Amino acid sequence: MYMMLSVILFIIGAVGVMARRNTIILFMCIELMLNAVNLLLVAFSRLHEDSSGQVFVFFIMAVAAAEVAVGLAILSMIYRNVKNIDTDHLGNLKN
Amino acid sequence: MNGLFIISGLGILAMLAEILKFRKAVLPLVLVGLVAAFAANLREWNTPVTWFNNMIAFDHIALSFTGVILVTAFFWFILAGDFFRRESVITDHSALILFALVGAVMMTAFKNMNTLFLGIEIMSIPLYVMAASRKEDIRSNEAGFKYLIMGSFASAILLFGIALVYGATATFDLDKIASLLSSGQELPTFFYAGVIMILSAMCFKVAAAPFHFWAPDVYEGAPTLVTAFMSTVVKTAAFAAILRLFMIVLNDVNGVWHHMLAGVIALSLIIANFTAAVQTSVKRMLAYSSISHAAFMLMVVLANVRSGLSIEAILYYTLAYSAGSIAAFGVLYSVSRNNDHSIDAFNGLAKRNPLMAVCMSIAMLSLAGIPVTAGFFAKYFVFTAVMDSGYKWLLILGAITSAVGAYYYLKVIIAMYFREGDKHPIEENSATKMVVIIASVATLVIGVVPGLVAEIFEF
Repeated sequence: MYMMLSVILFIIGAVGVMARRNTIILFMCIELMLNAVNLLLVAFSRLHEDSSGQVFVFFIMAVAAAEVAVGLAILSMIYRNVKNIDTDHLGNLKN
Repeated sequence: MNGLFIISGLGILAMLAEILKFRKAVLPLVLVGLVAAFAANLREWNTPVTWFNNMIAFDHIALSFTGVILVTAFFWFILAGDFFRRESVITDHSALILFALVGAVMMTAFKNMNTLFLGIEIMSIPLYVMAASRKEDIRSNEAGFKYLIMGSFASAILLFGIALVYGATATFDLDKIASLLSSGQELPTFFYAGVIMILSAMCFKVAAAPFHFWAPDVYEGAPTLVTAFMSTVVKTAAFAAILRLFMIVLNDVNGVWHHMLAGVIALSLIIANFTAAVQTSVKRMLAYSSISHAAFMLMVVLANVRSGLSIEAILYYTLAYSAGSIAAFGVLYSVSRNNDHSIDAFNGLAKRNPLMAVCMSIAMLSLAGIPVTAGFFAKYFVFTAVMDSGYKWLLILGAITSAVGAYYYLKVIIAMYFREGDKHPIEENSATKMVVIIASVATLVIGVVPGLVAEIFEF
């Protein structure tokens, strides 16, 4: 049950990363994927009655926070340079 | 393990240098510290201790890959002295690179899915910042952003795989997973889905096709020396991780991932070599070449016939590839001071600076795998490892695509020796020159006596 839910959440996140153009929403989708993993880990941890899964969740939350902090900093740098945060305005690196 | 502590301490010291104002001393301190870490690393040979409840263990594989990483990082820092002076802040940026090194060392020595994930993230997050470190340059920002999105996407896939494996085995400990697998116990199907997801995520990290699309853009947009770091240290660490995960722990279920890996390798070889041949930017060309080298290293993982031989083959390959890349990026950095990374920038380099041209030629020949250079024996060891396995068609494909590869490497050499360029001698600094010379001499030495390396890392 929990597994189905987290698979669905994960897929929603993955599709969002590929389809959406707004970079803030990209970050939200990645968070969604990570939280689907958290849900799965907690469910398995309960199932096996083993606490290491829950400890892992804390690590994931800490790392996700660090990642978003770096991501938003880069984003604000991009905004300063192009005054826009849509991925359509990026693409200076394609041949 | 003490090496890991020393590098972490160095990172903190480099940040303190900004506050306590000893900026000038950072680079010498870092170099001394890396030598100390290497020595500490060497002393731990044959003393198997596990740390943190069997989460980290420095066995022979971990120590030898850490050795390669530390040597590469040492020369990278010498090379980067000029880069730090010109266009970045030495304290913050060297601290970031040192923390990335901590992650890379963790990736060689993990014994638990927890430390694998933390190692990957500790290595990646500082590199996102480094890739975007040219604040005013939108291309650099974009490289950092793309790297971040793709990197965290890959991490999410990795984590989902880890969660599924945990669900099936009820443990994160690699030893326990391995013993569970060898006991032949029936596992739920989603365990195999988890293994495939972990493999995809790792292919993302080493930039193997079809998960490679971020690499050329990121490599091109990031500052040249950051690209050099990404294509040497990061590659080595990621391969150490793949080696431990798939050749040692998950080897008992290799029926699941063998076919997928074979497909990944074939695609990488074809896409990388044919796309590299039409590139006009040397930096982008080197990015595609790193994809094709990743495919060769993955081939060893796929073959895995006699594990001692395979580990040696990967180790030798990473060493040869790192030496060649450091030399190539060092020359590229001095030639493209004005951000012109095209092949035309190399025109007539043989007249402007004969020494650089010779070193670049050695590096290119080694990357192409021409005899007497290290790259030739690296490919030779890979081919002998694959020869004994059932994947002879990959061998043929590898040989054909290497021939295509030789074309684009030779293009650079032709530009240097047979084309006329502007006559201004390029300005070079002695540190860059020294590293480039040492790296190309090393490429020749480990090519002439390949047995030397195998003897050093005896297993």
